[in-house]
Amino acid sequence: MTERPHLAVIGAGPAGLAASLAAAARGVRVTLIDAAPDAGGQFYRQPATGLGARRPQALHHQWRTWERLRDGLAAQADIRHLTEHHVWCVERKSSGSDRPDAFTVHALLGPLQEEPATVHADAVLLATGGYERVLPFPGWTLPGVVTAGGAQAMLKAGLVVPGRVAVVAGTGPLLLPVATGLAAAGVRVEALVESADPKAVVRHTRALAAKLPEAARYAARLLRHRVRFLPRNAVVEAHGDERVESVTVAALDADGRVRPGTGRRIPCDTLAIGHGMLPHTDLAETLGCRLDGVRVHADEEQRTDVPGVWAAGESTGIGGAALSLAEGHIAGRSIAARLAGRTPDPRGWATAAKSRTKLGEFAAALDTVYAPPAHWTEQVTDDTVVCRCEEVTAGAIREAVGGLGAADVRTVKLLTRAGMGWCQGRMCGPAVAGLASCELTPARRPFARPVPLGVLAQEAQEAQEAEATDAAEAARETRKAQDHAHPTEKELS
Amino acid sequence: MNPLELADARPGPAFTVTLDGREIPALPGQTVAAALWAAGITSWRTTRGQGRPRGIFCGIGVCFDCLVTVNDRPNQRACLVTLRPGDAIRTQEGTGHDD
Repeated sequence: MTERPHLAVIGAGPAGLAASLAAAARGVRVTLIDAAPDAGGQFYRQPATGLGARRPQALHHQWRTWERLRDGLAAQADIRHLTEHHVWCVERKSSGSDRPDAFTVHALLGPLQEEPATVHADAVLLATGGYERVLPFPGWTLPGVVTAGGAQAMLKAGLVVPGRVAVVAGTGPLLLPVATGLAAAGVRVEALVESADPKAVVRHTRALAAKLPEAARYAARLLRHRVRFLPRNAVVEAHGDERVESVTVAALDADGRVRPGTGRRIPCDTLAIGHGMLPHTDLAETLGCRLDGVRVHADEEQRTDVPGVWAAGESTGIGGAALSLAEGHIAGRSIAARLAGRTPDPRGWATAAKSRTKLGEFAAALDTVYAPPAHWTEQVTDDTVVCRCEEVTAGAIREAVGGLGAADVRTVKLLTRAGMGWCQGRMCGPAVAGLASCELTPARRPFARPVPLGVLAQEAQEAQEAEATDAAEAARETRKAQDHAHPTEKELS
Repeated sequence: MNPLELADARPGPAFTVTLDGREIPALPGQTVAAALWAAGITSWRTTRGQGRPRGIFCGIGVCFDCLVTVNDRPNQRACLVTLRPGDAIRTQEGTGHDD
């Protein structure tokens, strides 16, 4: 029996959906695995079904694209969509991608994530997206201080807002939809505080030109909601006892240093903050995929350097939903061809490739413009908690670096426990790297999320049993072969 | 305009859950965190070391700041767990294993 090739797509955001549709349309059986109850990822995060939202598009951008993806998923019988499957590891079973069951995807089911599930596949696409980078400052652990993306996610899925009066701050293009989204949902947004210099955008107009109308639309919305836009400013402290009550905003000079004497307080009950995004690379690392800095390396076909493993979307570098769609589409077509034993013709995806190039340049330009202020660590006082899980202060990290000679994130972790807690350094990694003046390197986490010991024990037992079965089978085969090869011996005995 | 109005939401019937014994309204599909936010509550945990209050931070299951005890199970991420009628939420102190 020859079964059609089977692809496991991890992540049901724009990249995963585009890839699933492209591959399924070309004869591949697809299992789309995602942690959320509904498809869409963070960008197209959907209101919970029970909330009965009739106009979810009021919280979204590029809604038509979402409708196309959603309808495509519903119409495509060759895509099995597994929801609430939290993938913690992808195991490579054989060296060749042409072997059936080359990969086993291990997931935990449901919100409590205690029951295991596995998916076997011939190829894997990592469309695991990204998460927000937030750099510390005094007061950032106060309740009411949330990530900008987190505030948006809670709004999109739960239809709730964090408070009544907010400041949105940090750097990066995400701050615009967050500020306008919160304002539309009834939050008074006192200010959008952006540390970058908008003048720098002018120097990158060619790459950014296509996005200028979008920026103008946001500007108009900010104006309509009376949101003050404070460029070249930063929140330097959040104040409060049990929760945030106000923030201090200060102006930055051309070098990204706080200009003394410019600080002013803005009362608020919410601070939504973000400093750009980082790719999720845990699964790729476990598979042994090459990384370029903190992103998964992918070639023109979106292949990683591990046979049978493709990567698309934010995991290969932060670039937004449109770039994710283009990469996902290319990956899906490449996978379909490769699994059928053919070399794909890139002319088939020329339009997507062109848009990938353009959007890639655009993302690079944004990266340059929206870098966090160069001297952000100067505002981090010694008693500021940097590692939220283990409550490690900036002072302890500075002592590890200055006093004990730590020169990388891993050594700081071993000396201070920063990054050793629940989130495994996802939140504090960039901050520790900044405070230690070293590169942010991939963390090499063995599992992409916490796994109950019982599940690991069960996996180990099953592996042992499978090994025993294999061994028994091999022994039988050997005996049979021997019987066959040496009939005379048997006759003699 | 509030978010429910903005999205023209017609939720199923509201139900109640409890936070440390106190009744909190919740809507079908909402997570622990969403219902608590809707009730104006932004912290439901104290840290192990300094006993500082914490609530939602990343909102998408990455940071583990919003840990909470749900039906006697400690260390559940409030931003991921969807509520059911009658669920008993408790603020979590430290590791949540001392209760």
